[in-house]
Amino acid sequence: MRIRRLLIANRGEIAARVIRTCARLGVESVLGASDVDLDALPARLADRVVRLGPAQATQSYLDPAAVVRAAQAVAADAVHPGYGFLSENPLLARACAAAGIVFIGPTPESLEAVGDKLRARSHALAAGLPVVPGGEAADLAGAQAVATEVGYPLLVKAVGGGGGRGMKLVRSADELPSTLDLAIAEAAAAFGDPRVYLERFVTSGRHVELQVLGDGDRAVALGDRDCSVQRRYQKLLEEAPAPLLPDGIRAEMAAAALALVRHLGYRGLGTVELLYDRHRNTFYFLEMNARIQVEHPVTEMISGIDLVAEQLAIAEGLPLRLRQEDVALRGHAVECRINAEDWAHGFRPSPGRIERVVLPAGDGIRVDTHVQGGSVVPPHYDSLLAKLIVHGVDRADALARAQAALEVLRITGVTTTVPVHQALLADPEFAAGGVDTAFFERFLQTRQPDVVGVP
Amino acid sequence: MDLTPDDVRDVLRVLDSSGLDELHLELTDLTLTVRRVGASGWALEQQVLRRPVVEGGTEANGVAEQQRPRAAVPEGLVVVHPPLLGTFYRAPKPGAPPFVDVGGRVEEDTVVGIVETMKMMTPVHAGVRGTVVEFRIANGEFADADAVLLVVDPTSGRTGLGEGTP
Repeated sequence: MRIRRLLIANRGEIAARVIRTCARLGVESVLGASDVDLDALPARLADRVVRLGPAQATQSYLDPAAVVRAAQAVAADAVHPGYGFLSENPLLARACAAAGIVFIGPTPESLEAVGDKLRARSHALAAGLPVVPGGEAADLAGAQAVATEVGYPLLVKAVGGGGGRGMKLVRSADELPSTLDLAIAEAAAAFGDPRVYLERFVTSGRHVELQVLGDGDRAVALGDRDCSVQRRYQKLLEEAPAPLLPDGIRAEMAAAALALVRHLGYRGLGTVELLYDRHRNTFYFLEMNARIQVEHPVTEMISGIDLVAEQLAIAEGLPLRLRQEDVALRGHAVECRINAEDWAHGFRPSPGRIERVVLPAGDGIRVDTHVQGGSVVPPHYDSLLAKLIVHGVDRADALARAQAALEVLRITGVTTTVPVHQALLADPEFAAGGVDTAFFERFLQTRQPDVVGVP
Repeated sequence: MDLTPDDVRDVLRVLDSSGLDELHLELTDLTLTVRRVGASGWALEQQVLRRPVVEGGTEANGVAEQQRPRAAVPEGLVVVHPPLLGTFYRAPKPGAPPFVDVGGRVEEDTVVGIVETMKMMTPVHAGVRGTVVEFRIANGEFADADAVLLVVDPTSGRTGLGEGTP
């Protein structure tokens, strides 16, 4: 079925981004907005706006019933959930289906298959993907057997833990007995479940991810991205393609991602996240994201493909219109996330009113944003103000052009992370390429924020 | 409507061939200024003036946070403000017992709540030693930077702590 009217159940730059593709394709865009977003830039760009609920996300952007009500109120054919919020929530996908509305995303079954880390891991194993080596350890003998397999250093993880909780590092075999006892005792106390498992500790890993697109039958890989520059698991700068990867590994990663997509019979746009072990020159499956991602523009820049348009086409039930041989990647692209945060004060959030927005423009430069002069950045949602995306003939060219573009970019009225990106782009280790996920914290420790100069 | 990246590129190409350094456009829904910077760069300032077309008007619009009448604080009591504006939580996670209740004793560094601003959590410290008299912002409510989260009686905390004479 043809989508003629689309409800965008999201806010911020991704809402503006989806509206842009709607305008290009002649699809009527209706923005579902919370009370504090009714006058924001995306609301001015959308053909129409419908109220979702109060500022509190749980009563607006995170409420499946509110989203379906809004879609029905404006007789939308389809709902685009953006990223975050309800984008990977099977409840919204099912509620849309029940109301006869197209959900722009994979099936509820696919969302469930990849939504839970352990289930996703078992699907990845079934599809033949490498996962971080490890195994359950009921006692010391069992643990020693697993440790022989995975090698040191390793992590003892509580089965009931997660999100960085309940993990212990074991550097060598002599540490294993005492750490194991402690881990089991703590797991029982903290999680009510004494079970632990051992996993290889990747001392130097890179976050590399594959953009994939499937129609439930066929699938294509749209290249890789590197998102290793992170602070507390939040990405700051992404690039495509991932620099300095051996050709063989790059090809294996794409093949692995496609194997998972085919195994799932996946229909939609997705990202397969992998951990590249720099020392062992190998990679492991981490998770799959069943939605469009913040960093999708770097892939769009090097492939020339509008990923939102592809999402809509697949949601309309069309077969994939790309063949793998149609996907030609050119040059290199980087994306700097400009957040309303104060680097000089521990990345403290900086909501408020924007005074002026001056953006760089020109060939190979794209800025996705939801703010202009006079916009209010509410404290209720994330701090992303804009994404500067720069395309160059190669990585050095892209980095140099990004630096020049940052010189032009001015968002005043709130404190932004522009100075972080300027420092990052000037850093020799980053410029050399292929930094690991621990790089940025090291970078911060060796640098004092340059508080002089423009915010 | 705003200009697409393709529109902007077309405008810049015209400018490039014209040798002009600056262009200012004023349309009904949009103003745009493009200025040459450096050798090959451009700076763009755009203002979308179009008013949003909100379905059913804005009758259900609760944009202004309800301004609660600010009750005076009795003399001798101390108020606790959030470290920055955000949503106030009284417990470390949903369903957990609150950090502190009315009647509870606090020290200067006692955590009495969390403020969530732009998805970042900041602990709220009492900043004063005493006994909690009342909470003025409920769990999950939004608090402005000058909001009174809770009121502490500093005199009642000095007795009964078993610290001996100072």
